[in-house]
Amino acid sequence: MTDYPYDRTALRAELATVDELPGSAKPEPILIVDRITRRFGGITAVDVEHLEVQRGAITALIGPNGAGKTTFFNIITGFDSPSAKEARWRFQGETIASASSFKVARAGMVRTFQLTKALSAMTVLDNMLLGSQAQAGERLLRSVFWPSWTGREKQLVEKADELLERFTLHDKREDYAGSLSGGQRKLLEMARALMSDPAMIMLDEPMAGVNPALTQSLLGHIQDLRDRGTTVLFVEHDMHMVQHISDWVVVMAEGKIVAEGRPGSVMKNQAVIDAYLGSHHDQDLGDDAVLEEDFDELAKVEETEREVEEEKLEEYVEAVREAEGEEN
Amino acid sequence: MDFGQFLVQLLTDAGGSLVSAVTAAFVLAAIGLNLHFGYTGLINIGQAGFMLLGAYGFAITVEYSGDFWLGLLVAIVVAIIAALILGLPTLRLRGDYFSIVTIAFAEIIRMIGDSPALQSLTGGPVGIQGFKFQGPFVALSPLPHEGTLSLGPLTAPYTGGDSWWLRIVTWGAVVIIALIALLLVKSPWGRVLRGIREDEDAVRSLGKNVNLVKMQSLIIGAVFGALGGVFYVLSGSVQADGLGRSQTFLIYTCLLLGGAATVFGPILGSLLYFVFTTILTDVVTTYVPHTVMNVTQIPQFVWILVGVGLMLLVIFRPQGILGNKRELNFIG
Ligand SMILES: Nc1ncnc2c1ncn2[C@@H]1O[C@H](COP(=O)(O)OP(=O)(O)OP(=O)(O)O)[C@@H](O)[C@H]1O
Ligand SMILES: [Mg+2]
Repeated sequence: MTDYPYDRTALRAELATVDELPGSAKPEPILIVDRITRRFGGITAVDVEHLEVQRGAITALIGPNGAGKTTFFNIITGFDSPSAKEARWRFQGETIASASSFKVARAGMVRTFQLTKALSAMTVLDNMLLGSQAQAGERLLRSVFWPSWTGREKQLVEKADELLERFTLHDKREDYAGSLSGGQRKLLEMARALMSDPAMIMLDEPMAGVNPALTQSLLGHIQDLRDRGTTVLFVEHDMHMVQHISDWVVVMAEGKIVAEGRPGSVMKNQAVIDAYLGSHHDQDLGDDAVLEEDFDELAKVEETEREVEEEKLEEYVEAVREAEGEEN
Repeated sequence: MDFGQFLVQLLTDAGGSLVSAVTAAFVLAAIGLNLHFGYTGLINIGQAGFMLLGAYGFAITVEYSGDFWLGLLVAIVVAIIAALILGLPTLRLRGDYFSIVTIAFAEIIRMIGDSPALQSLTGGPVGIQGFKFQGPFVALSPLPHEGTLSLGPLTAPYTGGDSWWLRIVTWGAVVIIALIALLLVKSPWGRVLRGIREDEDAVRSLGKNVNLVKMQSLIIGAVFGALGGVFYVLSGSVQADGLGRSQTFLIYTCLLLGGAATVFGPILGSLLYFVFTTILTDVVTTYVPHTVMNVTQIPQFVWILVGVGLMLLVIFRPQGILGNKRELNFIG
């Protein structure tokens, strides 16, 4: 991954030419998704017509709760299946549609889970070592001939130690993962995913529950990853963070991709504002100046609505009192 | 019987169960079950079924071919086939379904063995008597074919029946199988097993072929069970009811007593279990008046105590003797 010729200015310049439209074509897509739908009973959780993810970029996938982000992640990583047969998606030029989840990971697309999956009764170090895909000792016939894998094991332990250091988990190395705090588990899961040097890492709310001081350094790690050529696709609700690190933002609502664009401009998109105001009246959409104006207006509207309601309530209470008085 | 005599009897019986081939056979089955239950998290409730299948495969083959090694090979092959048939449809489902199917499997093997339909092969309810298949194994013995050997208070024939030859071979097999199990679980492959026990999806997301590894674990543990079955019947006869549900629970008791997910747990647990039940039987036989409990009731009473013991064990020391409390704390 390190030999990837990364140049952020060039990347940003390339992305600057991309149309800010849902499903727009990217100059160099690593992942191309077509016609993915997922229905649960009556509801359509995901209905994505077309999406391209730019190689080497940090792409944020945002949207209100229940927008279908996690379900979308599940489908493209092989943990869930699309409802309709015409679904297609290609990763690094290879069709991976209908591949099982472990094959997707082996192809270089590794994910983390919104509800963290630390392997509780294993040590932090063992968790890390399991993240590697380059240990031949995991094959049954090789496993009993320990000299065939101990050398590699040493290298992997070194690599794990390095990552644990970066993710501030090094002094927890020998502890059981089950004894870690929620935030630490998030960190462990991310570090573990990096053990295999994936071409693309998909993070489902990586910062949820991580303390703000650490968030800063994690953001640094994510950017660092990108700078070394890893493509990052992440789901996040914190808009400050999205604005801060992403090169491109994709917005989902009710299963559909409603907008795409550069982080600075996408939040001004009417479709995005509608999507969020539909369900999140009090969501902080970040420190974009223009946005704040919108939200100030919105806040005013809400304020007056509340006043009106309070007036109505008072009227009602009075009416009831009067009625009671008449009865007596 | 005075107390001194009783004590000598007790120690002799306890020592006998320590070296017994039956104990070794259950150690083998427990090592296999440990791979399933302790390391992979597969709750196999039919381990005795694999023992029985191995025993039938071995005994029938040897009876008709007269070849010990061919019998051993057939026992292994039928265990592999059964594990494949059992695992292919169920390992991808939730664990509970797998468990249910293993019980059903063990019962099916037992009932087929018991039924008169295949009497010419299995002997039906009578079973396959030892003399029909023990010959080739006895013939392999380099020890004298006549006479007995006394080691301390323990006396047994050199060769034939419950002999020193059988004990040497079964415990030798225990050493080899335990070594293989040790190498397996301490390897990166074993690490994948433990990962699967914790969270299959997490392990899948890291690029491991979970279904394949589960199947490998199922097959290896089943083969260990089948080998246990072979050694179990080498000093007796093959009888379907001798390897039923209660034997599966016995294996679980041994495993949990010693400590699941530890390499030596199944060995220590089985040894303690057999010594303990032997002592218990002796004590009850000697000190409880026959008017209170007759000879047929004593084994039943011992079984009840074992059941209570298993309950107490699971409640107060679920990690067993060698198990790691911290590791277990996070399970479930
Ligand atoms: N297994 C399931 N069975 C039924 N409905 C489901 C299932 N999984 C998800 N859904 C529904 O699909 C919709 C999308 O859920 P999803 O988890 O993908 O949302 P999300 O965008 O990740 O939300 P959040 O930001 O809260 O994590 C929701 O309405 C949810 O109720
Ligand atoms: Mg989600």
